Amino acid sequence: MGLVLATTAELAFITTILLLLLATPLAWWLARSRRWWKEVVGAVAALPLVLPPTVIGFYVLIALGPNSPLMALLHPFGIRTLAFSFTGLVIGSLFYSLPFAVQPLRTAFEAIGDRPLEIAATMGAKPLDRFMTVALPLSRRGFLSAAILVFAHTIGEFGVVLMIGGNIPGKTEVLSTRIYQLVESLQLGEAHRIAALLVVFSFAALLALLLVERRIGSVQP
Amino acid sequence: MTVAVALDGKVGGVFTLQATFEVPSHGVTALLGPSGSGKTTILRALAGLDRIAGTIIVDGVVWQDGDIFLAPDLRRTGYVFQGMSLLPHRTVAANLDYAIHRSPPGAFARDDIIDRAGIGHLLGRRPARLSGGEAQRASIARALLSQPRLLLMDEPLSALDSDARAQLLDWLENLLAGIGIPVFYVTHDNAEARRIAAQTLRIREGSIES
Repeated sequence: MGLVLATTAELAFITTILLLLLATPLAWWLARSRRWWKEVVGAVAALPLVLPPTVIGFYVLIALGPNSPLMALLHPFGIRTLAFSFTGLVIGSLFYSLPFAVQPLRTAFEAIGDRPLEIAATMGAKPLDRFMTVALPLSRRGFLSAAILVFAHTIGEFGVVLMIGGNIPGKTEVLSTRIYQLVESLQLGEAHRIAALLVVFSFAALLALLLVERRIGSVQP
Repeated sequence: MTVAVALDGKVGGVFTLQATFEVPSHGVTALLGPSGSGKTTILRALAGLDRIAGTIIVDGVVWQDGDIFLAPDLRRTGYVFQGMSLLPHRTVAANLDYAIHRSPPGAFARDDIIDRAGIGHLLGRRPARLSGGEAQRASIARALLSQPRLLLMDEPLSALDSDARAQLLDWLENLLAGIGIPVFYVTHDNAEARRIAAQTLRIREGSIES
């Protein structure tokens, strides 16, 4: 149980950090660009919301498999496949949880409006400076929401991790797939303990999300 | 040493702005006209916030001409927006420091400007906790501490009630008298323009009236 919990927490933590870094420029572009086709990109980024996790898992599995052109690029480094590895699990989780990072960040960036950025520009702040000193602090609610949602969503994912990770104990087995394994072998008591833990965790995550939004909302000007 | 402007282009695909004028390198120029006539558009073009075809030359430096377009952060304009023009997440002091840290040393000194704006007791406050008049005085101080080449003011009194407006107008008249940089002051109020400005450009439907 301890090892499974550690793998699950590690996956959620790494996914959250990487996704905040990767989703921020994408969400910023979606919020600020005036090109009509940005919504095509927005729709692609939101696809995991509606696609069955097995579809995402299937394509990521193919992309990370030994015959994929993507993996061919890594052959010189001695890497033939990332399927059924922890790294593969992280890559799958990044795709699966992408909209849970992009959407709150995009909404937060859009809510800033043009004015604060224009004020900063007329004071001599360059684009990166404006982003770091104006956009980031004014969208902190979006970052906290995105972090909580991605972390909780990664903890709860099942189909993608089963497809890509293969539920290998000590390597790619996480809490959700552990429950499945336990139910299959009729160890319902242990399954019940982990399931109850996930219910409590999910409730705590959502409560934290609401409290964070309420608190930040009340102190923002 | 002048500010020479010749703008001729469409704004947002519908509104056409045609404005050619030249003003001296100091003193207040009022941009006077009804709502929607293009006053703010001229101000935004001067700051580089909107790109409208044409030429802008300030003290011999080309800010805009053909393919040349100096970004807003390189123009050093002190812009006082209509309504709120302070960064909402920073205190008044942090707003002033934001401008100071991104500007070269210049004629406007922090303590002197704080004193003249009468905002010494407001330095620790966030913009949301300022009255309209206090916010505008802090905004003008913030704009001056950018050591601007141009001071651009977009109806700075429009959001104030009549008492605060009269009070701020007196203060502003005093502050702007003898200021060593060109000031563009947008208003739709004739009397305000007469009190504040040395010269007035009347704007109607995107064109300067002679």
